Amino acid sequence: MTMTATAGHAQADPHHVGLVIEHPGPAPKRIVTAYGFWIFLLSDIVMFSCFFAAYAVLSGQTAGGPRGSEIFEQRNVAIETVCLLLSSFTCGMASIAADVRNRFWFYLGMTVTCLLGLIFLVIEFREFADLVARGYGPSRSAFLTAFFSLVGCHGLHVSAGVLWLLTMMAQVFAKGFRADVLRRMMCFALFWHALDIVWVGVFSVVYLLGSAA
Amino acid sequence: MLGKLDWSAIPFDQPIPLIAGAIVLVAILGVLTWVVVKGHLPYLWSEWITSVDHKRIGVMYILLASVMLLRGGSDAIMMRIQQAVAYQSQGYLPPEHYNQIFSAHGTIMIFFVAMPFVIGLMNLVVPLQLGVRDVAFPTLNSVGFWLTATGALLVNLSLVVGEFARTGWLAFPPLSELSYSPGVGVDYYAWSLQISGVGTLVAGINLVTTVLKLRTKGMNYLRMPMFCWTTLASNLLIVAAFPILTATLAMLLLDRYLGFHFFTNEAGGNIMMFMNLIWAWGHPEVYILVLPAFGIFSEVVSTFSGKALFGYRSMVLATMAICVISFMVWLHHFFTMGAGPDVNAIFGIASMIIAVPTGVKIYNWLFTMYGGRIRFATPMLWAVGFMVTFIVGGLTGVLLAVPPADFMLHNSMFLVAHFHNVIIGGVLFGAFAGFEYWFPKAFGFRLDERWGKLAFWFTFLGFFITFVPLYIAGMLGMTRRMQHYDVAAWRPWMIVAAIGMAVLTIGVICQIVQIVVSIRNREALRDRTGDPWDGRSLEWATSSPPPVFNFAFNPDVRGEDAYWDMKARAQQQSLERDRPDYQDIEMPRNSPTGFVCAFFATIMGFALIWHIWWMVILGGLGAWATFVVFAWRDHDEYVIPAEEVASIDRVNIEERRNLVSMAGAAR
Ligand code: HEM
Ligand SMILES: [Cu+2]
Repeated sequence: MTMTATAGHAQADPHHVGLVIEHPGPAPKRIVTAYGFWIFLLSDIVMFSCFFAAYAVLSGQTAGGPRGSEIFEQRNVAIETVCLLLSSFTCGMASIAADVRNRFWFYLGMTVTCLLGLIFLVIEFREFADLVARGYGPSRSAFLTAFFSLVGCHGLHVSAGVLWLLTMMAQVFAKGFRADVLRRMMCFALFWHALDIVWVGVFSVVYLLGSAA
Repeated sequence: MLGKLDWSAIPFDQPIPLIAGAIVLVAILGVLTWVVVKGHLPYLWSEWITSVDHKRIGVMYILLASVMLLRGGSDAIMMRIQQAVAYQSQGYLPPEHYNQIFSAHGTIMIFFVAMPFVIGLMNLVVPLQLGVRDVAFPTLNSVGFWLTATGALLVNLSLVVGEFARTGWLAFPPLSELSYSPGVGVDYYAWSLQISGVGTLVAGINLVTTVLKLRTKGMNYLRMPMFCWTTLASNLLIVAAFPILTATLAMLLLDRYLGFHFFTNEAGGNIMMFMNLIWAWGHPEVYILVLPAFGIFSEVVSTFSGKALFGYRSMVLATMAICVISFMVWLHHFFTMGAGPDVNAIFGIASMIIAVPTGVKIYNWLFTMYGGRIRFATPMLWAVGFMVTFIVGGLTGVLLAVPPADFMLHNSMFLVAHFHNVIIGGVLFGAFAGFEYWFPKAFGFRLDERWGKLAFWFTFLGFFITFVPLYIAGMLGMTRRMQHYDVAAWRPWMIVAAIGMAVLTIGVICQIVQIVVSIRNREALRDRTGDPWDGRSLEWATSSPPPVFNFAFNPDVRGEDAYWDMKARAQQQSLERDRPDYQDIEMPRNSPTGFVCAFFATIMGFALIWHIWWMVILGGLGAWATFVVFAWRDHDEYVIPAEEVASIDRVNIEERRNLVSMAGAAR
C-alpha cells in the first residue's frame, strides 16, 4: 500500500529499464507506530519461545515430585481460556468503538475486557497459591520451575496489560480520542490479542499435553 | 533495611580497585564541578541529556563506548601483565581478583564498548543516509541509550561496592548458581545486562522500523547504501536474539533469587539448556557486531576508491545470508560437550558455510578497489588493515568449526586469539574507520590525519604482536583464563603478548592525542562543504554538523549512490534548484523521559542486586510513573518556521554551489 508503480526516472537508474516501483517516502505515523509495535511483539514471542523450550526440556524432570496430570485442573483451565478468548473479542469491540469515537461502547468494552482479565488472573493466582500450599512450589522440581515460569510469565504480561488498559481508559477520559491516544489504543489491542495467541500455546503445550501424559 | 549491603561490601583490603575507584570518583566529581561552576549544566541538560535528536544520541553512545573502552582496556593490560609475570608464581593479582577482571573485561568490551559503538554509529548515520529527519521513535531512542548507560554504570559500580562475577563473560552455570557464586558478582552481571539489554532491544526495534518504513522518496531497497542494509540485518538479529538473552538471564536470576531449578545440578535442572540458550543468542551476537562493521567498510572502500561498490546486489545477498545462517550454527560453541558426531558434523559444516558470503564480501571490496582512484586517508587504512586481519580471523574460525580440531583447541589461547582477531580486527577496526569517516559529519571539522595514521599503525602492529603469540601458546596447549602457570614454553609468548599490549596502548594514546589536537586546530580543519571526502551517499548532502532537521527538503533519490548522482547532475546543469520554497518543519520535542527512566532503573537495579526490596518497589513505581507522565503530555512536537529553515539552509546551498563549481573546474 505504500508502493506505487510509476514509470518515472527509469533512465536515471541503469539497473532498471522500463517500469520502476518508486518508493513514495516515509510511511504515515500510524503505520510506523503499528509496525514498530509489531516488531516488539515478535521479539516478545521469541522470549516466550525460550520459556516454552525450557518447559519442553524440563517437563519430564519431576525429581520425584508430581507430574502435570496430577496437578492440572481441567475445569479452571477451561474457564481461564474462555475468559481470555472472550476478552479478545471485547477488546476488539472497544477498538472499533475507539475508531468510531463512541465513548460509551469504548468504556463498556474496556471494562468488560478488564474484568475478564482480572477473573483470569484470580483463577491463575489461586491455582498457584494452592500448588505452593501443597508443597508443589516452583523450587520443588525442574518441571514445576518451568511450569510456574512459563505460565507466570504469561500472567505477568496479562497483569501489565490490565494496568495498561486502565491507563488507556484514563487517557481517553482525559484527552478524548486524540490521534496519539488512538495509536496507543491500537498497540494495546495488538498486545492483548498477542497474549491470547500465547495462551493458546500455553493451553495446548502445558495443560492439554500435560494432562494426557 | 539495606538488604545485603554493609561496610564489608567496600573492598578496603584491596588497594587496586579502591585506588582506581577513587581516581574515577575524583575525575567524575571534577568534571561535574567544572560543568556546574562554568555554568554548562543547563546547556548539557537541554541540548544533550534530554535530546531526542538521533545524531546527538549517536554521539553519546559513542562517547560511552569510548570511555568504557578505556576501562576494558585497563583490564586487558592488567591481565597481560599478570600472565607475563605469573610463571611459577602467583603473579601480582590474587586469583579471585583475576577472575573478576577477565569477566568484567569480556562483559564490558562486548556490551558496553562494541555494542554502543556500532549502535551509536548506526544512530548517527542511518537516518541521514536514508534521507529522513529522525528515527522512527525518537524518545524511545533516548530511553534506549540511557538504559545502556545504566548497565555500564552498574558494572563499574561493582568495582568499589561489592564485587563482579568470576564466571567469565557468559556466566555458565553451575558456577554462576547461588551455591558456587554466593556473592553479588553474578547479580551485578545479570542485572546490568538485563537493563542494558532492554535498551538494546529498543534501539533494534527503532532502527528496523526506521529502515523499513521511513526511507525518503525514491529510496528503493536496492538503492539503500550498504550500511543501511547491514544495519537492517544487524538490528533484525537484535530483535530476534536479544529476547533470548533476556529469557536466559531471567531463568538464571530465578534460580538465584527464588530457588528455581532451571540450570541447577539438583532437582532435574539442565545445564546444557543454558549452553544452548546462551549461544543461540551469543553466536548471532557476534554478527550483530560485525555486520555494521562490514557496512562501514563498504562505504569507506567505495568512497576512497572513487567507485561505486562492486557487486552491490551480491553484497546485499551476502548480508542477508549471513543474517540467516548466523542463527543456525550456535552449537559450534560446545562441540566438546557430548552432542555426538552427527550433530557436531552438521553444525561444523553449517559454520563453515558462513565463510562463503563473508568471502564474497572480501572479494567485492577488493574489486571495488581494483582500478579505483584510491586515497589512503585514515578510514581507508582501517579498512585495508581490517581486510588483512579479518581473513586470518575467519580462517581460524573455520578451523575451529572442524569438530576434531576444536577438541584440541577449545578453551585454549587459540580460541582467545580467534575471537579477538575477529572482534578487534573486524568490529573495532570498523568502529574506528566509521569514527574517522563520520567525525567531520558529526562535528563539522576533520580529525588530524597524521595522528590518525600513527594510531592505525600502532594498533595494527600491536594487534599482531599481541595475538599471534596467543595462537602459538594455544597450539602449545595453554588453556584460557589461567591465573598462573608452570610451563616454561608458554612464558616467552606471554611476554611478547604483553609487549604487544604496550604497543596497542600507544595506539590508543595516539587516538586520544588525535582528538585533542584536532579539537585544538578545529578552525584549520573546519569542513564547510559538508562533504569532506567527496562522498556518495545522502549524509554528505547536508551541512556538517547537520541541522536538527537533517534536510530542508526530503531528498528525492533516483539511483544508487544518491548524492554522487545529485552532484553529477548538478554539475551538468551547473546549478542546483534556485529558490526552493521552504516549509515549516515539525520536530519532536526534547524530553527527559529517557534520563529519568534510567535514573529509576539504576535505583531498581542496584536495589535488586543488594536485595533492598523497598527500594526495588520505589524504583519500579518511579519508572512506571515516568512513562505515564510521558504518555500524558500534550505537545510532543514543535515547529521550525520556514524562514528559519531557509536561513539555515541557505548557507549550506551556497557552500554546495561552490563545491560543485569548483569540482567542475577541477575536472
Ligand atoms: C568464518 C566465520 C567464523 C567461524 C567459522 C567461527 C567459528 C567459531 C567457533 C567454532 C568458535 C568456538 C570455538 C570454541 O569454543 O572452541 C568460535 C568462537 C568465537 N567466535 Fe568465531 N567464527 C567466525 C567468525 C567470528 C566473528 C565474525 C566473530 C565476531 C565478530 C566471532 C567471535 C567469536 C567469539 C567471541 C568466540 C568465543 C566465544 C567464547 O567462548 O567466549 N567469530 N568461533
Ligand atoms: Cu559462533
